[in-house]
Amino acid sequence: MLKLAHLAKSYVTGKPVLTDINLEIAAQGITAIIGPSGTGKSTLLRCINRLVNPSAGEILFEGSDLAKLEGAALRRARRHIGMVFQEYNLVERLTVMENLLSGRLGYVSSWRAWRRKFPADDIRKAFELLDVVGLAGFAHRRADALSGGQRQRVGIARAVMQEPKMMLADEPTSSLDPKTSVEIMELLADVGRTRAIPVLVNMHDVELARRFADRIVGMSGGRVVFDGPPAALSDDVLKQIYGGEQWLR
Amino acid sequence: MSAAGPSQGTRPPGGEHVIAARAMAAGPVWHRFTRGQRLARFVVYLAIVAAIVLSAQSVEIIPEFLADAPEQMADLFARMWPVDWSHYEGTVHSALMETIHIASLGTLLALIMALPVGVLAAHNLVPFTPVNLLAKLILVSSRSVNSLVWALLFVGIFGPGALAGTLAIAFRSIGFVGKLFGEALEEAQPGPVEALAAAGAPWMSRMTFGYWPQVRPAFWSIALFRWDINVRESAVLGLVGAGGIGMALDAALNLFQWDRVALILIAIVAIVILAEVVVTQVRKRVI
Amino acid sequence: MTSSSTPFPADPFPRSTWPKVAGVLLAVYVIYACAQMEISWERIDVGLHNAAHFFSRLFPPNFARWELLVKGLQESLQIAVLASTLGIALALPIGLAAARNLMPAWVTWPARIVIVMARSFHPVIVAILFVKAVGFGALAGILALTVASIGFIGKLFTEAIEEISERQVEAVRATGAPFASMLWFGVLPQVFPRFIGFATYQLDSNLRNSTMVGIVGAGGIGGTLFAAFQRFDYDYVCAILLSIIALIMLGELLATAVRAIVIDNATLRDFFRRGGTSSRERHLEED
Repeated sequence: MLKLAHLAKSYVTGKPVLTDINLEIAAQGITAIIGPSGTGKSTLLRCINRLVNPSAGEILFEGSDLAKLEGAALRRARRHIGMVFQEYNLVERLTVMENLLSGRLGYVSSWRAWRRKFPADDIRKAFELLDVVGLAGFAHRRADALSGGQRQRVGIARAVMQEPKMMLADEPTSSLDPKTSVEIMELLADVGRTRAIPVLVNMHDVELARRFADRIVGMSGGRVVFDGPPAALSDDVLKQIYGGEQWLR
Repeated sequence: MSAAGPSQGTRPPGGEHVIAARAMAAGPVWHRFTRGQRLARFVVYLAIVAAIVLSAQSVEIIPEFLADAPEQMADLFARMWPVDWSHYEGTVHSALMETIHIASLGTLLALIMALPVGVLAAHNLVPFTPVNLLAKLILVSSRSVNSLVWALLFVGIFGPGALAGTLAIAFRSIGFVGKLFGEALEEAQPGPVEALAAAGAPWMSRMTFGYWPQVRPAFWSIALFRWDINVRESAVLGLVGAGGIGMALDAALNLFQWDRVALILIAIVAIVILAEVVVTQVRKRVI
Repeated sequence: MTSSSTPFPADPFPRSTWPKVAGVLLAVYVIYACAQMEISWERIDVGLHNAAHFFSRLFPPNFARWELLVKGLQESLQIAVLASTLGIALALPIGLAAARNLMPAWVTWPARIVIVMARSFHPVIVAILFVKAVGFGALAGILALTVASIGFIGKLFTEAIEEISERQVEAVRATGAPFASMLWFGVLPQVFPRFIGFATYQLDSNLRNSTMVGIVGAGGIGGTLFAAFQRFDYDYVCAILLSIIALIMLGELLATAVRAIVIDNATLRDFFRRGGTSSRERHLEED
């Protein structure tokens, strides 16, 4: 489905952030990427949809190498990858409905988008999605009037509006309280199941990863040091990933 | 200020360095600024003082004129009173209206022209440095040439009248609006725009959905601010023939009709204050 | 585009009608104002033809009489420096006097009136009055721009003072400090950076204005420019304009440097350091 081959990235020559990443993501299920801060989790995710340009390697998705695409071809590829952000990244001054429909900007011409002439189908889908994520009736609220959890729901709905073939989530719950975090992860799992698409999630919270992920990838120092089911995530492995013992009970 | 050191009044062999070394041995020393910063600050202060002294020495001022000044000003004010109110209905009122039109149309035109230039100057929107530099050059040049000088230029091209004045205001304001607008764009949050890029949105949609909603309040604020300044500027363009109340002022000055001059000055203050009131009210309601 | 018969639960983009109404009103106004000022396409067309002719006479710029040019620039610089010094020096006490959270009403009212009067008139108009009072030359220019500086810095400075945190002032007052100490330790540290910002902005503004007050006889390069213009010496005009632009750009650079050093505590070395990869990217991995 998604295949990363020898992916590498350095911002400053001689100090690589990602080294020789090789991963194959199957067509379904939640893959959680865990690891200490600064270990390249965010960079890895952003390399996939080219928000960051990799220094080397291939990103094979839907029959093309994303690392080599540019311009219009890259935008077309990005339409099929939905992304959810830690800071939600909604356009604060626009309404929830406008934020949802901005997920369709890859499909609608700039001129029609500016005049807000979106296809009727898109608008219907948007209202339905609002119901699905539990925000019925919020269509005309401004995004900055929402709570953190509500904003993330809008973020997820926006990504789903793209009809993506894959979801990326960069620390989607790190700014949320524990209860809301679980709700958001459940929503993400739901989306993955209903649409039968893979979901890649970065997270800090190991317990949350254990609970929701079908597969866990542990990173340390810019490399993959663990790749397996949550059951295989022993304390030894965690020590290897994170270092230190104090934080393990 | 050292904690321990040589007793007052005696100088140890070795002089200052020894004192400093003993002071350092006594405990850590705290400086508000690093040496590099202190050097930089010193250079600035030196340059400022030098500039002031050089200017004061070389400027050509005749002291007698300065001494004479209060008497001259008193004489001037005596000639201005009583104010010639009757003059208002004639040329002054229409000239005043013309001034407001010049300011408003000029600002409008400037907004239209400054928008694309401001976008081109913002590196986070248009990541091509040569284009950014060219756009910034246009903006700086627009600001550096005073509106009176722009007016001179346009009077030369289009002849005297309000057209020259409107264009002068417009071209002068592009730099102001473009610079502040560009700064607002550079301060916009990149996160939402990143999200739109991740969804595959083309450049134009990223602008209208990602950046414009963020900078819109700043844009209108800048527009109002500039209109306010332009009302003030438009009032004097007539001195070089570019229309508005400045022309009436010029005429009255040339004929030494000080009471009319007084009327015109009061009229100018009136529209300036009016413009400020309008701007404050609009700000409260809209922004 | 597939259409559907089931209606939506709600209108997807409810919009208030107010922006549309405003847009229409604006369009009507533009047409009205253009008619009032006799701006028509024919005039613009004629002007554009003139423009080509005009620009050909501007270029190439003629620097033959460069000594006069340099002298004029020098005088403008002197006017700007001295007016800024005087203006800043006076704006400090007047601005303090106008602050309602520091002074009683019988002090703030006169101070505020002084500031409003100083701001209401365009520097050129003030320059005309001073020329009548103290004669032609740099003195009139210096006095005029001093007045403008007091108006600008005074207003912003007073606003900055009125926005300070009361608690810090309270703390100083609670120690039993006299009024002057309270000012020095409680008020001024809070507003100092902003004051420097206003001062450098005003220096920049004075530099621009000093190049122009000469048009009405108040000294500086403006006089040379105006004379050249009236003689149709357009290539010399171009040379003067380019010099003015260069001078102002230099002034802006210096003002930014001074702000960086005095407010942000930069060192001289900071100005020579080169940027690296986009710092935003590198921040991704720094939590």
